[in-house]
Amino acid sequence: MTVTTNRSGISNRLLDLVPAAPGPQSRKDFTSDQEVRWCPGCGDYAILATVQGFLPELGIARENVVFISGIGCSSRFPYYLQTYGMHSIHGRAPTIATGLATSRPDLSVWVVTGDGDALSIGGNHLLHALRRNVNLKILMFNNRIYGLTKGQYSPTSEVGKITKSTPYGSLDRPYNPVSLALGAEATFVARSIDSDRAHLTSVLRAAAEHPGTAFVEIFQNCNIFNDGAFDPLKDRSTRDDVTLRLVHGEPLVFGAEGDKGIRRTDDGGLAVVSADAPGVLVHNASAADPSQSFALSRVTGDSHGVTPIGIFRNVDVPTYDEALNRQIVDAKSKQGDGDLMNLISGGETWTIA
Amino acid sequence: MSEQVRERETRRLDRVVVRFAGDSGDGMQLTGEQFTSETATFGNDLSTLPDFPAEIRAPAGTPAGVSGFQLHFSDHDILTPGDAPDVLVAMNPAALKANLKDLPSGANLIVNTDAFTSGNLKKAGYATDPLTDGTLDEYVVHRVPLTSMTITAVHATEGSGGVNKKEAERAKNMFALGLMSWLYHRPTGGTEAFLNKKFAKRPEIAAANIAAFRAGFNYGETTESFTVTYEVAPARMKSGTYRRISGNLALSYGLVAAGELTGLPIFLGSYPITPASDILHELSKHKRFGVRTFQAEDEIAGIGSALGASFGGSLGVTTTSGPGVALKSETIGLAVSLELPLVIVDIQRGGPSTGLPTKTEQADLLQAMFGRNGEAPVPIVAPRSPGDCFDAAIEAARLATKYRTPVFLLSDGYLANGSEPWLLPTREELPDLRVSFTTEPNHTGAKGPEFWPYLRDPETLARPWAIPGTPGLEHRIGGIEKSDGQGNISYDPANHDRMVRLRAAKVAGIANDIPPLEVDDPSGTAQVLVLGWGSTFGPIAAGCRRVRAKGLQVAQAHLRHLNPFPANTGEILRSYDKVLIPEMNLGQLRTLIRAEYLVDAIGYNQVRGLPFKAAELAGVLEDVINQ
Repeated sequence: MTVTTNRSGISNRLLDLVPAAPGPQSRKDFTSDQEVRWCPGCGDYAILATVQGFLPELGIARENVVFISGIGCSSRFPYYLQTYGMHSIHGRAPTIATGLATSRPDLSVWVVTGDGDALSIGGNHLLHALRRNVNLKILMFNNRIYGLTKGQYSPTSEVGKITKSTPYGSLDRPYNPVSLALGAEATFVARSIDSDRAHLTSVLRAAAEHPGTAFVEIFQNCNIFNDGAFDPLKDRSTRDDVTLRLVHGEPLVFGAEGDKGIRRTDDGGLAVVSADAPGVLVHNASAADPSQSFALSRVTGDSHGVTPIGIFRNVDVPTYDEALNRQIVDAKSKQGDGDLMNLISGGETWTIA
Repeated sequence: MSEQVRERETRRLDRVVVRFAGDSGDGMQLTGEQFTSETATFGNDLSTLPDFPAEIRAPAGTPAGVSGFQLHFSDHDILTPGDAPDVLVAMNPAALKANLKDLPSGANLIVNTDAFTSGNLKKAGYATDPLTDGTLDEYVVHRVPLTSMTITAVHATEGSGGVNKKEAERAKNMFALGLMSWLYHRPTGGTEAFLNKKFAKRPEIAAANIAAFRAGFNYGETTESFTVTYEVAPARMKSGTYRRISGNLALSYGLVAAGELTGLPIFLGSYPITPASDILHELSKHKRFGVRTFQAEDEIAGIGSALGASFGGSLGVTTTSGPGVALKSETIGLAVSLELPLVIVDIQRGGPSTGLPTKTEQADLLQAMFGRNGEAPVPIVAPRSPGDCFDAAIEAARLATKYRTPVFLLSDGYLANGSEPWLLPTREELPDLRVSFTTEPNHTGAKGPEFWPYLRDPETLARPWAIPGTPGLEHRIGGIEKSDGQGNISYDPANHDRMVRLRAAKVAGIANDIPPLEVDDPSGTAQVLVLGWGSTFGPIAAGCRRVRAKGLQVAQAHLRHLNPFPANTGEILRSYDKVLIPEMNLGQLRTLIRAEYLVDAIGYNQVRGLPFKAAELAGVLEDVINQ
């Protein structure tokens, strides 16, 4: 396997197993010849542009990058990237990506999914991919609605959502995807916004640098069926007051004037206080115990008037694929390569002349 | 083993069927396996049928909890585990109750009298004691106080100190094995070596079991209950080196072999399910062969991971049983559309739904054939015997890799757990299945060389397999219909019609790449053909032998490939007046044969969770011949 040397600072022990690009790459190198067919104005365009702009930064051979998707609007993503790709079936992308990543450590494997694909029909696979810590980067576009099936509520839609399938309002309580991922003990959990190219790029970079499963929730606007779902986080006049930008090692402070902070409450939750109040927390994404990250995930616009974005958790623990491939290497070094004829003639044999 | 030798008659038999039956905690499977091992070492041909409940520890002492193991061994080649036991070992009243109906009049019956307590009789549902009420009058009954004699023997043995009464009692299955070993002149060295190895960490337990084993053997020698012992001479089998093998083990080895023969790493994605789990267990041992096993969170993830590995250039395999196939159906359809190699192993069991998890059936044929949305043809291969599972696995891998398609390998519970002597193949006898990936563009477009993932090989109609990591061949595939050749998304009606027909033609074309259907018709004058598939080969062949021994004529043909059928199948079927198709389902192959060839085949069907009996099939054949 080739070890790369020409990367622009993005590196980890697993990424180092992926062959390096022969030379500098540009966004164009990662753009396929396929016509992009999302609705005009869809947030997916911005995410695609950001990903295409970011991938050259990795400095790895384009042919060793694979995007796997499920079903839904977001899952058309692989067609538009000039890498290897598979548009699979609803909810199952993590399973396919798991088989690919564990059997091919020389690949950089990405999963593109949506809130319905990942959390509804594919919820089980997502949980298990996260707990196993397979070397996958999972980008979940959350628009809090079903787009491709034309506007039913999703597992992240707010209670009471009026949609085609819920004319009297939806009844089920939504998932908080970041809480869900942290509950599954995911080793990297982050959130970003489709329209914030600089922030999304920084999160993608950190995800790529993480050895293991990286889960990235991307708030994505569906301008047809759920337009404006994330407007407060995007509107220049409001966004600084309702967005908490998580930075590892920095105080949890936000607001246009930087005047608000986050402090622990007596019941173990978090509350918004004045930035100069005693006890304002410092963000620690690499804590072994995910408790504070989980508490942060419970801070939402609805409950606290502020939404954290950035990296909630980022811890380096052994990955499933490393451990599996280590067992193979160890077995071969201890017992030697397998000999088929010895294997099948094992046990008691007898010979008839 | 004993100084005292009595005058006894030794009768030579050409074949014997023995059955061990006891509580599922009594170690009957181990006892049967070990008796089989002794028998294999001795050189008899043999066939086994384990029969156990789905519950790990069903209520003790009840007929529901009875576990049985039947072994048929002979001085000639045999095809089935035997219709009815010549001797039954019943460890308790429940075992007697559950098995007595299978025991023909005059058979030997060895009962553990210690277990015939009023409590156990009640649990078994006996109002009166069958040992004294005349129930057993038609049998040759050997009353053996097995439990108490075991305990006495163990406690009198040096080296078994520290073994408590319960542990001593647990060795009673070895007493039974010792007695049977004596009765049938089995070699005993292997069993003692086996016990020493199995209990290497607890030598006192090993000593107790060996003491019980020897005590059983010596009991036979000294008791007057047995006036006859039996000899079954070694069978004259084809020369070569043999081992005993079960279907699931042979299938596992076949998959390891397929990895070596194709040059591809094996990736098994699987979720535990009876009776397929043993393949996952076995393959997980063989990491030094580069075999990756992944115990997935569910059946869908099992096949999904295998398909993902195939996309990356491994040979993806998933193992399951019928309920698991149902869950995998959508991913099998995706594999049909992606045209990637994948082996789907279905160890069939009684259905529908959970059905009979530990019992055998052949009722997944139509599920394998049609159980997907859209036109989604999948080749089907079915082994005929435990040892044949090895070759069938290699054949499934051959078709999967050569034609870039998912392939069903349809075994069943009977083959999976049954065992037989297996003539080891030599390395030279195994096929070369090496696979080459596409590494160069295969089309010249307006802007220069391009890679078209669906540009097919004109002969096989297989598409190129270009794996990630291959520069210049970056491409996207998916479950949406693709344009013929280029492989981009296409909703064009004519293209879809063409692609559906191409996928069908690719699978149909396999008929030219498999051996023709062979007919066994010794006289060449038979007017009735019996056609089977899968694990019914043995019972059907044994039934045919019986019929022919009576001077009647019957032809036998057995299908290994169920989709497509061999090219000459129709011609053969039409050349007989009558075609009989026995199946352990309600007529699934018959449905396919009638639809494909318009041959009005006659069905003989049963779904009792057990293989056919040779005598039963012989009777059916006679009826069909004489009608």
